[in-house]
Amino acid sequence: MRHFISIADLDREEAIAVLATAEHMAETQSRSIRKLPTLVGTTVVNLFFEDSTRTRISFEAAAKRLSADVINFSAKGSSVSKGESLKDTALTLQAMGADAVVVRSGSSGAAHLLAHAGWIDQPIVNAGDGAHEHPTQAMLDAFTLRRHLRPGDLTAGLDGLHVVIVGDVLHSRVARSNVLLLTLLGARVTLVAPPALVPVGAAAWPCRITYDLDEALATGPDAVMMLRVQRERMVGGGFFPTAGEYSRRYGLTTARAAALPDHAIVLHPGPMNRGFEIAGDVADSPRSVIVEQVASGVFVRMAVLYHLLATDSREGLR
Amino acid sequence: MTADQTAPPLATDHAPLLIRGGRPYGEDVQDVLVVKGRIEAVGTSLEAPAEAEIVDADGCIVLPGLVDLHTHLREPGGEEAETIESGTRAAARGGFTAVHAMANTTPVADTAGVVEQVARRGETSGWCSVRPVGAVTVGLAGERLAELDAMANSRAKVRVFSDDGKCVHDPVLMRRALEYVKSFDGVIAQHAQDPRLTEGAQMHEGVVSAELGLAGWPAVAEESIIARDVLLAQHVGSRLHVCHLSTAGSVDIVRWAKQRGIAVTAEVTPHHLLLTDENVRDFDAVYKVNPPLRTAADVEAVREGLADGTIDIVATDHAPHPRDAKDREWDQAAMGMTGLETALALVQRTMVDEGRLSWREVARVLSERPAEIGRDEDQGQQLAAGAPAHVLVWDPRPVRTTDPAEHSSRGRNSPFAGLELPGLNRLTLLGGRPTVRDGAVVEH
Repeated sequence: MRHFISIADLDREEAIAVLATAEHMAETQSRSIRKLPTLVGTTVVNLFFEDSTRTRISFEAAAKRLSADVINFSAKGSSVSKGESLKDTALTLQAMGADAVVVRSGSSGAAHLLAHAGWIDQPIVNAGDGAHEHPTQAMLDAFTLRRHLRPGDLTAGLDGLHVVIVGDVLHSRVARSNVLLLTLLGARVTLVAPPALVPVGAAAWPCRITYDLDEALATGPDAVMMLRVQRERMVGGGFFPTAGEYSRRYGLTTARAAALPDHAIVLHPGPMNRGFEIAGDVADSPRSVIVEQVASGVFVRMAVLYHLLATDSREGLR
Repeated sequence: MTADQTAPPLATDHAPLLIRGGRPYGEDVQDVLVVKGRIEAVGTSLEAPAEAEIVDADGCIVLPGLVDLHTHLREPGGEEAETIESGTRAAARGGFTAVHAMANTTPVADTAGVVEQVARRGETSGWCSVRPVGAVTVGLAGERLAELDAMANSRAKVRVFSDDGKCVHDPVLMRRALEYVKSFDGVIAQHAQDPRLTEGAQMHEGVVSAELGLAGWPAVAEESIIARDVLLAQHVGSRLHVCHLSTAGSVDIVRWAKQRGIAVTAEVTPHHLLLTDENVRDFDAVYKVNPPLRTAADVEAVREGLADGTIDIVATDHAPHPRDAKDREWDQAAMGMTGLETALALVQRTMVDEGRLSWREVARVLSERPAEIGRDEDQGQQLAAGAPAHVLVWDPRPVRTTDPAEHSSRGRNSPFAGLELPGLNRLTLLGGRPTVRDGAVVEH
């Protein structure tokens, strides 16, 4: 792997290799000394054009636990807010000697552009680009799903599982990356959303799409992933009449959660709108793995950095 | 009374020129003799007068000089992207002898002063006739009509009015504009884009936009405006021209309108004849354009519409940009592509070489009809004795890899970079004076 831009770039074998590395990373994190020397002397830049404290600190923790130096470069209060272009920022980072750049941008394709425009030679990790992809989020979701539903086998995929993804699919890079990755790993995916929040053209995706949450939940899924309703991105407005109506039709209420199969788990990429797309009691219930997803995020991001930066990742962990 | 600026001067002092062995309109071999800026004779085995230059046009197609109804020359205000000098050089190399310069400059071409200035700069440059397009509304703001009559009666004799880049979306304002230009035989060239349906739009809304997570520009945003406008044009009995039509549905609506006798004409760009939204997958902003690249089915529909006459003309929508405006994230990059220097090659490749358009029909869609729509009395004429010698000798045989660095346009934003395209501009005559020979401009 040269970059980590899009799930669409991965084959099943590569995806499972990253998950397996993440399991090794998880194991090291239960030791008394959690810091590994793997990336000593390398510098990872977190280049965040969009505010995302959660994702940034997750990448920061991952890099630091591998002993990399971390430079956080956020758009606010920097030259970027004074109009500096992605190109000039990239040239600057190249000149400063960054070894890898983790980029988060509100622009779809920003990570792809950074990787392929010729401005910078280093590996690029996509930490979310517009409504396009958020591949490390999908990896951490798959990692969490596998731990609960296919435990014990580092070579396993998610074959035979049924995952229901609910909510604002239109604006969700998490949904796009997850549809690609979960199906790549053999799971069946059902997307549930009000029609205006299903992208025109999504019928071509390798998943089923329904507008009826109760119908989807009645099929007895193995996992339900709730998406955050991204009201800040709703250009033009009018995607649904009121929060109350959305919540009644598409919210994961306690009643809906109670009707799930016993083994089914509930995921949410965060940050949650409690009481809107997910009831607080459901988020805090035993079937919720939402806090665990945060921990998984660090393991998966350690694994991704390892695959991109370790001098010879075939030798395994040092 | 001052002379108007609509026709380039004829090269009355230029030596006679005999274009020998070419095929006018791609039909029978006939020689074309040019004397004192006009076509003197068209016929077989013409005698060359003494001191005549003889141009060997064996195997070449002879066409009337091309006319572009939709060019962005960027001057005044956008000289980093293009100047009237560089843009008209590009036009000449593309085989054009006239271009209509769009109004979205800085200042906007919404007064007689600006349009006369643009026409004058075109005359000074001398590479092709520059016919300014006037803005429909003051500052392209879509709020009140610009002084259309003043532009129409200026030395530039403006006949085409457009807020191109923006849609005249207020239905009452569009109606008034259509009515108003009737008094001087003008036409409103509409950029059909419903602004509410395209807020933040980045690319065609469909399978590819869904995957890439880019905000969609739905076909209906174009089609609904065209449907409304043809009905308005029918209601008030005016001429309407549809800029850069791009969808299968738009072709259907224009076809329906023409069947009902509505005075509507339509254009398609060369890029919409070839490229699709699949080109966007690598997020290379050279493919970002407005209206956006559509689907393969739309490409087929616009080719069909051009072949059956539903679409009247090909117009380039030549839209040069500085490199920095394209070297950006997709949603921050500028919209537009260059096109003057590749237009005829694209039409040859997508239409002629596919057997869907004859060279005579190419003359219609790239010269005669655009000149009629734009009321360019001097352009788009038949290759016949007495006509001003605006002539293109096009060799359809050479194939070359497109390199924007070799273009005369300041814009390097050609989506055809690296693509092999057919044809070579052997000779372009503007009023009998060569502006291009063997693909290179002839300095004057």
